[in-house]
Amino acid sequence: MAGAGAGAAASDELKVLGVWPSPFVIPVRIALTMKGLSYEYVEEDLYNKSALLVGSNPVQKKVPVLLHGGRAINESQIILQYIDELWAGTSLPALLPSDPYERAMARFWAAYIDDKVRAAWVVLVFRYNNKDEWWAEGVARAGEALDTLEGAFRDCSSEGKKPFFGGDGIGFVDLVLGGYLGWFGAVGKIIGRRLIDPARTPLLAAWEDRFRAADVAKGVVPDDVDKVLAYQQALLARLQ
Amino acid sequence: MAGAAKSGHQLQLLDFWVSPFGQRCRIALDEKGLPYEYLEQDLANKSELLLRSNPVHKKIPVLLHAGRPVCESLIILHYLDEAFPSSAPLLPAGDAYARAQARFWADYVDKKVYECGTRLWKLKGEPQAQAVAEMLDILRTLDGALGDGREFFGGAAFGLADVALAPFTSWFHAYERFGGFSVEEECPRLAAWAKRCAQRPSVAKNVTPPEKVYDFICGLKKRFGIE
Repeated sequence: MAGAGAGAAASDELKVLGVWPSPFVIPVRIALTMKGLSYEYVEEDLYNKSALLVGSNPVQKKVPVLLHGGRAINESQIILQYIDELWAGTSLPALLPSDPYERAMARFWAAYIDDKVRAAWVVLVFRYNNKDEWWAEGVARAGEALDTLEGAFRDCSSEGKKPFFGGDGIGFVDLVLGGYLGWFGAVGKIIGRRLIDPARTPLLAAWEDRFRAADVAKGVVPDDVDKVLAYQQALLARLQ
Repeated sequence: MAGAAKSGHQLQLLDFWVSPFGQRCRIALDEKGLPYEYLEQDLANKSELLLRSNPVHKKIPVLLHAGRPVCESLIILHYLDEAFPSSAPLLPAGDAYARAQARFWADYVDKKVYECGTRLWKLKGEPQAQAVAEMLDILRTLDGALGDGREFFGGAAFGLADVALAPFTSWFHAYERFGGFSVEEECPRLAAWAKRCAQRPSVAKNVTPPEKVYDFICGLKKRFGIE
């Protein structure tokens, strides 16, 4: 794609290519809303990818893609940092803190979620039809990751005194973990209890309630569990 | 390293001699002219300091800055840029799109090269052939990203994506031998880029010579009983 030497203006057109339940797309949409930015959302069919998607992300052919002034930015956490850097200022919420060490901690936990929570999520979504010991293993692995994140939340929130990983407001780590909540709800219905178990990880369970209730999450974090489960069934049917 | 003087910056690096991830950090520290204390770790018998500094993953590299740990090599690179802003930057200031591109390629290297490379030397038969095919695809993609006329991934300046990949250039030789291909033939731009990197003192000093990497892998294969 032809790119001008100069950067896209902050006022240039924004477009997000995504699929509505994706844990990687949801954080991007919430971040844009937090920054007060309007954007065009394009729902993709991952089994029939648009020419725009394939052209914008030829290496990975994945969502989310952020198109800004016609140029493509790929990879969820990279997009979040792009948004945070371009739309920064005292009147705008910051996704990452300004202190270098705190930024490193936020990146660490975001990377941890992308490693451990993602691995469990892949099993929970794609091995569901088998409902075998591998699926139960997925539930167990999710639980272990959440145990660790409970400790992380305690550290990030000054022993639970702050509402979010980002402190007073939603931040980078909140967005990355929050992207999974739609799927956590679906898994919760299958196993008959919340995946983020208040008895096991009380701080995280309270965090989940707060994140879901946030205005910026409305309409983007899926709260219709049956709709998510139906999406999963359709996905698995296509993989047969 | 006995007698290493602690710097005024109080930087220490917990590392393992042949680790390409650790070498990224060493290259960055040298590019930025930041003195540090190198602390070689015994990964078979992990030190209290390592376990305390990285309790979640128990892995190297770990950067300690005035005793505070930063883990994960790409996170360490970002931290060095941000904590020492007057030093030579790895990411271009003021160009969010260029920064996103650099991060994309560093992330691509991180996700693809080491894991595929490990399968390439560890496996045999059909799974190895698949790993070879994937590695060629990865290297060709990186070759394409360099394009023609670009000195480094970001343009004229040696940056984040270059530092992320540079240590792996030593592993190319091993991949070539086990995989039966030539990087020079398949990816001439990548081969030329590797030569340019090798000329930088930070890379020449910190990257393990290719023959030593090959011997190291042969040693691992013996230990795992692979032949």
